This record gives sequence, structure tokens and C-alpha cells, in this order.
Amino acid sequence: MEVVFGIPGGTILPAYDPLFDSSVRHILVRHEQGAGHAATGYAQATGKVGVCMATSGPGATNLVTAIADAYMDSVPIVAITGQVSRPSIGTDAFQEADIQGITLPITKHNFLVQTPEELPRIMAEAFHLALTGRPGPVLVDIPKDVQQQQTIFSWPPTLDLPGYRPTLHPHGKQIREAARLIAQARRPVLYVGGGVLKAGATDGLRKLAELTGMPVVTTLMALGSFPDSHPQHLGMPGMHGTVPAVYALQKADLLVTLGARFDDRVTGKLDSFAPDAKVVHADIDPAEIGKNRHADVPIVGDARHVIDELIAAVSHTSGGVEQYPSWWAALNDLRERYPLGYDEPTDGTLAPQYVIERISALVGPDAIYCAGVGQHQMWASQFIQFEKPGSWLNSGGAGTMGYAVPAAMGAKVGRPETEVWAIDGDGCFQMTNQELATCALEGIPVKIAVINNGNLGMVRQWQTLFYEGRYSNTELGTHKHRIPDFVKLAEALGCIGLRCESKDDVDKIIKQAMEINDAPVVIDFTVGKDAMVWPMVAAGTSNDEIMFARDVRPTFEEDDL
Amino acid sequence: MTNKHTLSVLVENKPGVLARVSGLFSRRSFNIDSLAVGETENPDVSRITIVVNADSSPLEQVTKQLNKLVNVLKIVELDPSQSVQRELLLVKVRADRAQRSQVLETVELFRARVIDVAPDTLTIEATGNPDKLDALLRDLEPYGIKEMVQSGLVAIGRGSRSITTGPALRAA
Repeated sequence: MEVVFGIPGGTILPAYDPLFDSSVRHILVRHEQGAGHAATGYAQATGKVGVCMATSGPGATNLVTAIADAYMDSVPIVAITGQVSRPSIGTDAFQEADIQGITLPITKHNFLVQTPEELPRIMAEAFHLALTGRPGPVLVDIPKDVQQQQTIFSWPPTLDLPGYRPTLHPHGKQIREAARLIAQARRPVLYVGGGVLKAGATDGLRKLAELTGMPVVTTLMALGSFPDSHPQHLGMPGMHGTVPAVYALQKADLLVTLGARFDDRVTGKLDSFAPDAKVVHADIDPAEIGKNRHADVPIVGDARHVIDELIAAVSHTSGGVEQYPSWWAALNDLRERYPLGYDEPTDGTLAPQYVIERISALVGPDAIYCAGVGQHQMWASQFIQFEKPGSWLNSGGAGTMGYAVPAAMGAKVGRPETEVWAIDGDGCFQMTNQELATCALEGIPVKIAVINNGNLGMVRQWQTLFYEGRYSNTELGTHKHRIPDFVKLAEALGCIGLRCESKDDVDKIIKQAMEINDAPVVIDFTVGKDAMVWPMVAAGTSNDEIMFARDVRPTFEEDDL
Repeated sequence: MTNKHTLSVLVENKPGVLARVSGLFSRRSFNIDSLAVGETENPDVSRITIVVNADSSPLEQVTKQLNKLVNVLKIVELDPSQSVQRELLLVKVRADRAQRSQVLETVELFRARVIDVAPDTLTIEATGNPDKLDALLRDLEPYGIKEMVQSGLVAIGRGSRSITTGPALRAA
């Protein structure tokens, strides 16, 4: 462990005292939620365990959102919290909260340390649990009097986890069965989720894809696991996925699902999802298999091992893309007819999609991109060209507004040589921007592109489409009243503030931001409020009802199949 | 009745484990019909017997989720025909002089025991599978049940094999 993000307080003071002259870097955040998301960003960018620390009571409860977020996206973090002294536990003492009870449903595991003797073992177990198997957050709650006592320290301790035995190696019989289905399939799809990134299996994925010639779709959590530029990549499936990706899943006769979990945002209405497909489902978490969709071939194992063994099993039967001529013809036809795109606004406003497209083009695929939640997140997922693993951090499962700024901070701390860009919304940005003070003071030069449309844009989009344009409480006033003024706010927080309001300035201002490396930069991209995210599968409807744009349903040439 | 499943869950005997198990059921929208917990021959291990009412696919899901709990060591489903299943019932029945002999006859018939006697009531202890205890209660009801308390079901597999050596319930 090299870095901790946290804020001290009464019951964690004894743990902070030795940090004063420790080699561990502590980054003093401005809100515990920021510490949690920073730990998550750090973990996602480095593959190591992220650590955050807070005091008891409100300090601990402020971590809850970030812990829930890490749980939904299977991110390895360890949260260390102070707790009131043992004799006070259960007495409603000052700043007491049952954080172990509160985080029971949102942690992979959690501990309340009972004696100083068990502390070293529990810390070792916490890191082990967080990082191995299906990764996830682990919380360690340490009463103040335990922190103050002395014990004999020995390292490494013996782990005592008799009930924890993640299965890493897949069953040979299941691999052979999967290979048999792959050999028989005429319309197969590789449905790739975040597990492939977590397992570091992206090289294998590419080999498997090229060997078999299967089309690839990568979920929101898997962007970067397979190059966007690869000819076999159809893009992201799901609610705002590409038409070819959504169509491929719907028409497939075989889904080879690797480290993905048939999330409702991918499947749409579940009983009409991929109706003709047999399912090979590989995941390290057996509980994901068969949870939402029956698996014809369940494979429990680490994605890297699964992919390596699949490669070996299919190598003699596979003949690349040429073996599915009509399937690829249909998909390529859709790619041509329904590419990702957007209409240039007619009211003279700046198109948010254009801004993101230009950031991607100028900053390039080596950077880390981080997003909040909402329209800007979906546009980032669509219009940034992802080529490499570890280049995309976002809050996928939990959908946590406010994730981007602290996560970008954590990512930059973990990979200081890499350019880190947060694509944020004006709503999200106002939830956690106080961490820019942390960035400014700690020398963490992140770039924040605020896609400022003056509204809670995604909610507004739903109001436009499903609530007859009744814009109840989505106008934020960042356009109309310029409150807050993001440029002034940035400057007040010790950052460089820039503003861009016209298409002609976009490139110039992005380049200007790229040249600043001694301070965080915030760019207020003032964009139009009416831009919408397309394509879209409306919530609760079938993927078959995907809309390419408002009132535009794609047409499929069924006869080709 | 056909959807009832008896799960024996071996867990580490640590604080808070019962909350983890019961919390998981409510969080994932599974109903517990009955739950009993106690120590085993190994003081580090507790055994939770849970009766759930679920179809096979949700049962598989809840079993997998239980298996993910770090403190859960092993889960076995006990088939009623391959196991002995018992509940304990304590019931206070109205039984004045006129009724007493009839109540005692019922007690005898069900091989239950009278454990407390008052001028107008008898308190009866009975163990058995849920069907037997239901039948006993049906027979006692006409006299007037003043109070009753029932334990959760406990169950143990028949034969010489023990739960620790037998196969676990681990659906892929």
C-alpha cells in the first residue's frame, strides 16, 4: 500500500498519528465520498487495491455511496474506519454508527476488529479478499481503544478464511462443450464484460476473437478491453449501445459471455433478449451464472484462464471471419447504415458530442478517461475511441453522479505519468468538485471537461421523451444564471478555469488545457441543452425496439440470415 | 409444501454471521419459513438450518449467494426422505378436570409430554416433524390453546455419513 485517501476525526486519530511520519502517502480529501471514489479510481487505473480512511459515524457513512459504487462495479478497495471504543459500542455514543451493519449489503466482506491481536491478520485478509476472486470493497472498522493498544506484530500473518475459495480454473468438460457450441454456431457473438479487464485477459480476448472470427461487443464496463478500431468490434450493447451491437445480440444463435452479467441495461426486457441464442456464460462469480439468463454452458473461472483454455479448445476448428459470411454481411450492412453519430444543433449551440469527439481525437487513446453519470457519460462511451485496457473509468452499475472528479484524482495519483481527463456533467460536477482543492494542493493535475448543458441532462431527456416535456426540477441554472460560474469556481479551488462556447474554439481550448501540467484544469464547455443520447432502448422495453434517433426505428433485413 | 427446501448451512461461529445470512435472504427477496441456529461438535462452527419456500431456480441463486458469504463454510440440502427433521413445540392447553383425561389421551397418542400442570391448563412438550406437530395442534385446538411457542426446524442426514464429509450443494 502506497497511498491512502482520507480525512481524520476523533476515533481514527490514533491511526493518523503514525501517518504523520510514515512513507505511506496520505491524501487529505475534502469529503469522505471523495476518498472512496478516489480509492476506486486508483484501483481501476492501477489494478491495485485502493485504500480510503475515515472516522466513525458521519465519516464512515459518507463513505457509503463510494463503497456501494465499488461493490456494483467489483472494484477492489479497502475502507478503514474508526469506531467508538469497545465499551461504548451500542450505547449511541457520540459519532457512533454501526458501519459494519450499514455496509453489510454493499461490501464483499467487512470486519469489526475486536482485539489488537487480530488486527494484522484482518488487514491482510481484507486486502486478499478485496483483490482476489471477484474483486470488491472490504471495510475494516477499528474501535479507537483497539488502535491505542499495543500488540506483538508479526508479518505476514496466516489468513483464516476457510469459507473463501474462489474458483479460478474452469472445468475442462465445460470448455469442451463451449468449444462444441462455438464450432456449430452460425451467428455467434462474444459478449464481453468488465471481468475481462479485471482478469487482465485482453490479449487473450483479441486472440480468441481473431481466431474464431466472432463479432465482439463490449459493455460499458469493458470499454478498452477490445480496440474500438478493430474490424470485429461492433461497439457497446445496451440501452445506449450501437445498433449493430444490440442487433447482434438479438439475432445471435450463440452468446459467448465473458465476465459480463446480463445487466438490465444490456438485456432490455429480459424475456425478449437474444431469443434464439444459446448461452455460454463464463464468470468468476458462480452466482452471476444463471441469475438473469439461463446458461446452457456455465463456466466458473477467471476470465484469463477461461479465454486461454477456450483458445486451445477452438484452435483446430476455427476459421476466422470467413466462416460467417452472411452474419458478417448483415452486421456490416447495419454498421454502414446505422453508425454512431449526431445531428449538428440547429440553434447555433455547441454540440456536446462534438466536444467529446475532439477531446478523444486530440488527447488520444493513451489517456485515462473518467466520466460521471448521465448523458455526458454515454456520449463519452460512444465518442471516445478506446483502444487500450484501463483507459476508461466510470460508475457503471451504481450510476453514481459525482464519481468523475474524485475518481480522476485517484487515477492520476496511481498513474501520474498518464494524462487523466474527466468528462463530467454540470450536475455531477456540483456533487464532488470540492476535491479539486485536494488536487490543487496535492499536485494532481487532472483535466475536467464539464459538459455544461445547464440541466440534469439525462433526466431531462427522459422528461422530453416520456413526460411530455414537463421539465420538473432538471434546470440547474448553470446556463441561465451562471450559478455557479465554473471558471470562477475552478479558480477559487486553485485550478485553471477555461470556458468554451463555440465550435471554433473547441480544439484551441483543449490544446490549451493539455499544455497545463502544473495545475488541475477545468473547462466549462457550454453546450446546448436539447442534445439527446441516441440510439436508445427505452427502459423496460425490448432491445428489438431500439430507436436510432427520435422517431427513427432501424430496419433489419431478416432474409439475410 | 412441495417447494419447501431444508438447507443446512455450516458457518464460522463468529459475531454477526446470522445477520449476514438472514440479511441476504431479505435483501434478495427470499422468504425464510423457519430458521434455527446452534453450535456443532466443533465449537468454531455453527449450523444454521433454514427452511425456504422457493422454486429450484431461485433456490439455486440463494444457495450461490450464500456460498459467497465469506463466513459460510458449506451448504447441504437435506431431503426429507434422507434426513430426520424435527421441531420443538411447547403449548399451553385449556384442560379443566372434565377435559383433562381427553387431553392426556391426545398427549399419549402423539408421544408428547406434559411438562407443567395448573388447575385449568396443561403445558405440553412435543417434538416431531412439522406434519406431526400440525396434527397435534389440530387435535388440541378444540380444548382451547392459550399459548404456544415453536422452534425452528433442525434436521440431520440419515446414515453414517456426516455433513462435514458429504458433498456440498454447489450448483454450477
